[in-house]
Amino acid sequence: MRDKAMKPHIASTRDWRFILFTGLILVLALVPLLGWVYPYFIMQALCFALFASAFNLLIGHAGLASFGHAMFFGTGGYICAHALKVWAVPPHWAVVFALIATLILGLCVGLIAIRRQGIYFSMTTLALAQMLYFVYLQSPFTHGEDGIQGFSRGHLFGLFDLNQTYVLYYLILLLFFLGHVLIARIIHSPFGDVLQAIGQNETRAQSLGYETARFKALAFVLSAGLAGLAGAMKALVTQTASLSDVHWSMSGDVILMVVMGGMTTFLGPILGGFLFAAMLQYLSVLGQWVIVAQGTIFLACVVMFRQGLIGTLARRLRRSL
Amino acid sequence: MQALYSQLLIGLINGSFYALLSLGLSLIFGLLNIVNFAHGAFFMLGAFAAPLLLEHLGIGYWGSLLIVPPVLALGGMVLQRIVLRPLQELDHLYGLLATFGFALIVQGLMQIGFGSAGLPYAIPSALQGGQNLGFMLLPNYRGFVILVSLAVCASVYLLVERTRLGALLRAATENAERLSSFGINVPRLVTLSYGLGVGLAALAGLLAAPMLQVRPLMGADLMIVVFAVVVIGGMGSILGSIVTGYSLGVIEGLTRYFYPEASNTILFVLMALVLAVRPNGLFGRREA
Repeated sequence: MRDKAMKPHIASTRDWRFILFTGLILVLALVPLLGWVYPYFIMQALCFALFASAFNLLIGHAGLASFGHAMFFGTGGYICAHALKVWAVPPHWAVVFALIATLILGLCVGLIAIRRQGIYFSMTTLALAQMLYFVYLQSPFTHGEDGIQGFSRGHLFGLFDLNQTYVLYYLILLLFFLGHVLIARIIHSPFGDVLQAIGQNETRAQSLGYETARFKALAFVLSAGLAGLAGAMKALVTQTASLSDVHWSMSGDVILMVVMGGMTTFLGPILGGFLFAAMLQYLSVLGQWVIVAQGTIFLACVVMFRQGLIGTLARRLRRSL
Repeated sequence: MQALYSQLLIGLINGSFYALLSLGLSLIFGLLNIVNFAHGAFFMLGAFAAPLLLEHLGIGYWGSLLIVPPVLALGGMVLQRIVLRPLQELDHLYGLLATFGFALIVQGLMQIGFGSAGLPYAIPSALQGGQNLGFMLLPNYRGFVILVSLAVCASVYLLVERTRLGALLRAATENAERLSSFGINVPRLVTLSYGLGVGLAALAGLLAAPMLQVRPLMGADLMIVVFAVVVIGGMGSILGSIVTGYSLGVIEGLTRYFYPEASNTILFVLMALVLAVRPNGLFGRREA
């Protein structure tokens, strides 16, 4: 993860990442017109992909391996669902509330977790996520094992009826697009360069005068907010928010997505999210074998395939992807 | 009062498991610099071994106690040798992910084989019944678990602090490169300490088998609590792991008596507090 050749990167329209990402968005925008792909599958994949990209902001760029990112994904979903069902606010406010809640949560968790480095950071985030899992398990608003379900998606800005599949589809695609534009903007900013420096050698970044704790905290909050947005999107799509999205296995799943696609790449987490959604969709008949398959993919990626799919491709093409 | 004592007892029992597991994690961390996410899987395998050996080979509790920890320790050493050693030179994240993947595979296979509900396992006949201590009834098996774990913790402490092998282990933790320049086979020490840690996890699982439900996810759920214990105590010292393990178990037990709603979360709250005040943990020395 730290062995990537560093080249000064400038976001330009000739960047392959830009071309491929734009192409992906265009294809996805045209998919409903073709009518041969199940739109709910794509929507779920887009949620996972944004979640993975948000997570990759930490692990791939700042070198922070959070093992508790499900807490942001799940919280985003819970707040969005609760706002729609109980507060009966329109969907745009539900998403905004979810975003605010996860940003605050990200700040609290981040300030605690970044006090430790390396594996202690991983264990701390995992433990805090588990604490939140128990809180959600016990608090009445989440309805425990049942989860929050059976709510209407409502009308966006009072105009667009999100219960119509394709209206929802384009909203999700738009949020996916905006989230990734923000991530690209962060990566290519001076802030992103400092994060990269911290990821590669934190002590050296400190010796250059950067207050690394502050940078890591901000990266953590941004990543948490984007993960929360992805969770809110998933709640909108599936019309449920449940404990499984806050469980530690979801934190493992997002790591799997990023590792499969390739850390340090921009497109890798997106591919990872799509692959993961496909695994959920098509391998669910295998039952518990899915977990075995996930573990095997983990081991295979780590032992033989550390760059991930996109990372390997990028190395082959000698391009940043 | 009776309820308080029994919660204290449960706390001590849980503390025994925390101590054994965090001790193993500390040993492994000291030499491999990774968190062994497969620890919970080995704990679970240790627990499953008891009813399986009984059913298929007719080996009872005492036989299992002799066989299971060494066999699983050997398995752990094979895992370390084949999977983890090639990753040693890389970012420690990869070692951690590899153990996580291994844990997923083992848990998944056990869920396929035995379902999520789990297997029953009876307390060995010699340890059934209990002692009346005057103020409470102490079930024999629970007393046995506490005694065994205390004895094992003490022996590991003596092994690491008082023997030549322990001195080598400490030296390898301190500076592996310099130690190998003295002609010591450090990779073998690393494998050995992984095996030792795994053996402790398997022993803890075996001790837990007659008390907790033997089910595939028993280790994973317990390990997250143990991670909090490890963050609170710091993985710097052996004694620190032991003391933190037992005392946090007791604190958890007390919470279950005085404020049961918080019993699931108390250790995580403590962890957050300790991180705010003493980022390196109570017994931690230097940053990883």
